[in-house]
Amino acid sequence: MLDCTPKEIKERTGGVINPAKTCQPIGAMYAALGIHRCLPHSHGSQGCCSYHRMHLSRHFRDPIMASSSSFTEGSSVFGGGANLKTAIKNVFAIYNPDVMAVHTTCLSETIGDDLPTIIKGAEIPEGKVVIHANTPSYQGSHITGFSNMVKGMVNYLSTASLETKKEQVNIIPGFVNPGDMREIKRILKVMGIKFIMFPDTSGVVDSPMTGKYEMFPKGGTTLAELRDTGNSKVTIALGSYASGDAAYQLERKCQVQPLIIKTPIGIKASDEFLMALMNKFTVDIPPELAEERGQLVDIMTDTHFHFHGKKVAIFGDPDIVIAMTEFLLSLGMKPIHVLTGTPATGGAIGHTVGNFEQEVGEMLKQAGVAGRVKAAGDLFELHQWIKNEPVDLLIGNTYGKYIAKAEDIPFVRLGFPILDRSVHSYLPVVGYKGAMRLLEMISNALLDRADRDAKDQDFELVM
Amino acid sequence: MQKPILWEDIILDRAASIATKGKQKNKIRCDTDSVAGAVSQRACVYCGARVVLNPVTDAIHLVHGPIGCASYTWDIRGSLSSGAELYRNSFSTDLKEQDVIFGGEKRLARAIDELVKKHPAKVVFVYSTCIVGVIGDDLEAVCKAAASRHNIEVIPVQSSGFIGNKAAGYRAACDALLRLIKPNKPMKRTKKPVINYLGDFNLAGELWIIEDYLKQMGVTVNVAFTGDSSYQRLKKTTSAALNIIQCAGSMMYLAQQLKEQYGIPYFNVSFLGLQDTSDSLRKIAAYFQDEQMQARAEALIKRETERIMPELAWYREKLKGKKAAIYVGGGFKAISLIKQFKEIGIDVVMIGTQTGRREEYETINELVNEGTVILDDASPSELEKFMTEKGTHLLVGGVKERPLAYKLGIAFIDHSHDRKHPLSGFVGAVNLAKEVYATLCSPVWNYL
Ligand code: SF4
Ligand code: SF4
Repeated sequence: MLDCTPKEIKERTGGVINPAKTCQPIGAMYAALGIHRCLPHSHGSQGCCSYHRMHLSRHFRDPIMASSSSFTEGSSVFGGGANLKTAIKNVFAIYNPDVMAVHTTCLSETIGDDLPTIIKGAEIPEGKVVIHANTPSYQGSHITGFSNMVKGMVNYLSTASLETKKEQVNIIPGFVNPGDMREIKRILKVMGIKFIMFPDTSGVVDSPMTGKYEMFPKGGTTLAELRDTGNSKVTIALGSYASGDAAYQLERKCQVQPLIIKTPIGIKASDEFLMALMNKFTVDIPPELAEERGQLVDIMTDTHFHFHGKKVAIFGDPDIVIAMTEFLLSLGMKPIHVLTGTPATGGAIGHTVGNFEQEVGEMLKQAGVAGRVKAAGDLFELHQWIKNEPVDLLIGNTYGKYIAKAEDIPFVRLGFPILDRSVHSYLPVVGYKGAMRLLEMISNALLDRADRDAKDQDFELVM
Repeated sequence: MQKPILWEDIILDRAASIATKGKQKNKIRCDTDSVAGAVSQRACVYCGARVVLNPVTDAIHLVHGPIGCASYTWDIRGSLSSGAELYRNSFSTDLKEQDVIFGGEKRLARAIDELVKKHPAKVVFVYSTCIVGVIGDDLEAVCKAAASRHNIEVIPVQSSGFIGNKAAGYRAACDALLRLIKPNKPMKRTKKPVINYLGDFNLAGELWIIEDYLKQMGVTVNVAFTGDSSYQRLKKTTSAALNIIQCAGSMMYLAQQLKEQYGIPYFNVSFLGLQDTSDSLRKIAAYFQDEQMQARAEALIKRETERIMPELAWYREKLKGKKAAIYVGGGFKAISLIKQFKEIGIDVVMIGTQTGRREEYETINELVNEGTVILDDASPSELEKFMTEKGTHLLVGGVKERPLAYKLGIAFIDHSHDRKHPLSGFVGAVNLAKEVYATLCSPVWNYL
């Protein structure tokens, strides 16, 4: 199918071919699902909402609920205020969530609906909350949307109600799987640190099978916790793109000290995460985690020759790709093509959220790897790069499978969305445990390939 | 204490869209807008247009809008191709804020130019999304100019999401197809048994199965709409002697237009299930009034039926008395499924669609047993309520319904784009039974 991708690279300005990103509202929807008893609401026409639910359903294989303002031609001419007011009334009457998290779509953004004013004028039942985020999809990407909704949580809910800050940390995990969120929480528990993680989709999109359908499953950050985030001593934002903005907002609003670090993927980033916690809270690394780290290093030494010098192409969401690139370098691999679809600007027009190209470029330079790095790229371009300089391994979301097949490259699925495999959302890639899992995935992909390609006389029992 | 969900509230607002088959005849409300704030399973105009046109394999499908609309529709249709694969790529103008402020026409023109240079396609479909409708880009003009620049066809598809629902998108797609079909000079219609097959999208290769049956009878498929179709084949549309329509929801309008403009007669068929497949093959043979063809059809039906009967009987034995709920996109599929389930001994206790038409709901009402719940544009909560109440064992639906069924401990089969086996024809009848059996009788349910 991608056979028609020509090798010769020409400048393009007209649009995107085979996108490596999607639009803001889906990120906002995912973030909102991480609030306990929250119904995400899409303020726009039905199609967007339906697509976003469908895509999330495919990735998580769990029911994804969200309501829509169901715009018609009338609403797009006269504004969607009336639709939203009706929607708010209906949502609480029919589904009775604790929180309704409204995000906009391109349509409601373009016609300029003023959400704060509409929400203020709406009938909201006692004790219930409506929050909102502006998520025009012609800016940024799904990561920006996630970031904006988390910021919305801070805007509406975080309150500094105490004189002195509590000995607790806010963790903003970024656009990662519930399996990752569970792992981060486990680490914090083992460290004995009080924390509030938000959003937290574990228990919502990976809820257990009980034979009963719960529209609002047990998981998610509670309203009380979200309010209490303003009383925490520090916020650790994992990943500058998805989590940084909210951490800074929390500083502005409630004077909670922000700390932006990498998503803890790989040994170095996991170390940094633990060090940050150690520094902020006078705790030692518990033996359990020290042991895990030791095991990870043991595996890395056992297998390093599998990885050394192998060329890799990697694409996906910026926070994940940045951390993963670092991990690849620590294995002696050469990430020579590194790409994200998310641009460096998003949120409000021109607002810079991170610096993917510089950050990755710096890492490659230090490791002495000559590679191409691009933000706001697409998979057509990545494919062209690979054609010009082939790799031994491709890492990315499901859409990478076309390139992997066309160029016959071993492929490891990582990131969002993964639509053609199951279980991934339950198992972590973060922390030392996650790094072990990544090592297993990468080395299996490479060794399966070696076995498959081996001539009879080269086929070996031990590798 | 949380207030329990008030079913009465839902029913009150939506009462007219839900009916129970009983003594007096019910008229169900359909074809209306969803309630604001409802969790609806419905999609949009663009979605409808895209699913219909996407299987045109050698076209450039360019989505004019922000990235999302193109991202979500990238290769999710599951329509197979015997040749070109261009349609499986995702092309978007990826509109940015400047375009929203200053208009997106220039960017669109550039995108077409760049794409056409890379991919030598004869036709480009340009889909408008919501935002394009609002900022008022003149799609028609941009496409016209691009068409003459490159000397190919560049066809705008008016599919802004908010101008209606999925059904409006079907219509927009048919309009685009009609523009493509229009011959430069009138084509002569053949007298030979050459037909167009409307409303099959070649999911899991279904078209090829039907094409093969027809070939055995001596009927040639001129072009299918739109499964495995190409520019060249679509161009020959008007030479066919007859149109047969499978998915009426999406294709009835096209069939009517082809009759009006080019005099091609049409009728409905269905290749889902043993009975429908046999009836449809007979109907086609009868139309051509060719005794030999009729004999060949009978032979084919007899041979295939005898071949699959033992297998079907085995499944029927295992599945007898199980209760199914159906929630699918269109009415045609719903109707076929009721009949198909009868063939394997399964009772339908709940049935609904996203975009069923009045006539279709009437047929459904005639076909189902007393007490069956019929509903239009249902929410997941309603699906849950009625499935639980009715003691349903199996749900037939699409992507969004699957996890819902599983969470309730109910078996599930996909009758939408994610299916991996053909469900058409005699082979399909067995595949359906096999799939139903695999999920209904899986040992996993014992661990609940
Ligand atoms: S890009 Fe805009 S219109 Fe398209 S799905 Fe996303 S929010 Fe909806
Ligand atoms: S923006 Fe409009 S056209 Fe695009 S998915 Fe949403 S409703 Fe459909």
